[in-house]
Amino acid sequence: MSAAKKYIGAAKPTKPETVYMLRLADNALILGHRLSEMCGHGPEMELDIAMTNMSLDLIGQAKLLFEHILTIEPLAPNADVLAMTRPLEQYSNCLLVAQPNVDFAHIMLRQYLFSTMQKLQYEALLGSSDKTLAAIAEKSLKEIAYHIRFAKSWVLRLGDGTEESRDRMADALDCLWRFTGEMFADDAGVKGAVETDLSADFTKGYKNWMLEIEGVLSDAGGLTPPETGRMIMGGYDGLHDEHLGHILADLQFMQISYPGLRW
Amino acid sequence: MSNNWHLYEVFIRSKNGLAHKHAGSVHAADEETAILSARDLYTRRGEASSLWIIKSSDIIASDPGESGELYDPSDDKIYRHSTFYPVPDGVKNM
Repeated sequence: MSAAKKYIGAAKPTKPETVYMLRLADNALILGHRLSEMCGHGPEMELDIAMTNMSLDLIGQAKLLFEHILTIEPLAPNADVLAMTRPLEQYSNCLLVAQPNVDFAHIMLRQYLFSTMQKLQYEALLGSSDKTLAAIAEKSLKEIAYHIRFAKSWVLRLGDGTEESRDRMADALDCLWRFTGEMFADDAGVKGAVETDLSADFTKGYKNWMLEIEGVLSDAGGLTPPETGRMIMGGYDGLHDEHLGHILADLQFMQISYPGLRW
Repeated sequence: MSNNWHLYEVFIRSKNGLAHKHAGSVHAADEETAILSARDLYTRRGEASSLWIIKSSDIIASDPGESGELYDPSDDKIYRHSTFYPVPDGVKNM
């Protein structure tokens, strides 16, 4: 590898605006990548295409956000370098989006929990002082509405389906519920975005979100969220579990092995 | 899994004013998933402004064995075509 082509990596964001937008971008990138892993592995051809469509929606959202971040703070020479060459602890996605594709129930519940949160998170951007960000949110909300419709219909169907499908949805709920608190944490990242008028405070919608989810779960074969002593947090601060490491090994390989590689 | 899924036929209307046209079929467990799957499979490239779904088993089709008596009699009646009339200028769809 010549010195000129040596991988340099991306700088850490320092402004509250870029810190927050990087979080949104990483959420979309990592969940988009997780869904892309299902390409060719869906339980039915129709569902295979549905998951990869959602994957492309999310990676498209991530691309717009990464590109916009670079116009505000030059963290990297281009969006690819920013998206795909950072060390693990510089990724600021929430833990939920990196959880593995255990089965179709896990994938649909993960999508439903995330997309319903993402809807509130992006609605809070519509009045942003950053007009480009507001436009990205407006475009993405149409995609998110569809993701919710699709995932919700499968949460209901599997929960209220056969004994096996209900068991699988119950197992997914047991595994994933502990990661939902992090998505609504009113932490420094959210505060920074609110103080700079980048976003309204969507975390105030946590209680209503919970009521909506509990209602849908109840309709899905009478499921209830498990008792959770402590929500698991850390992803937004770069403290990840091993799942993200496995994703990055795959996601980063080409860009790190061949710096500057373009399609 | 597909064994107990139904086959649905998908019809797409590309824009207002045009007719729905048959696009293909999807497998699905029920109507809601059928329309979601049809949207995912057949409208990815901006093809649609509206979708129709119908269970394939609900379609009543003519018997191919009777095609002679049903369709051949119209083959030699060219005067039923509108090709003898000039199309007025500015008409895009007929």
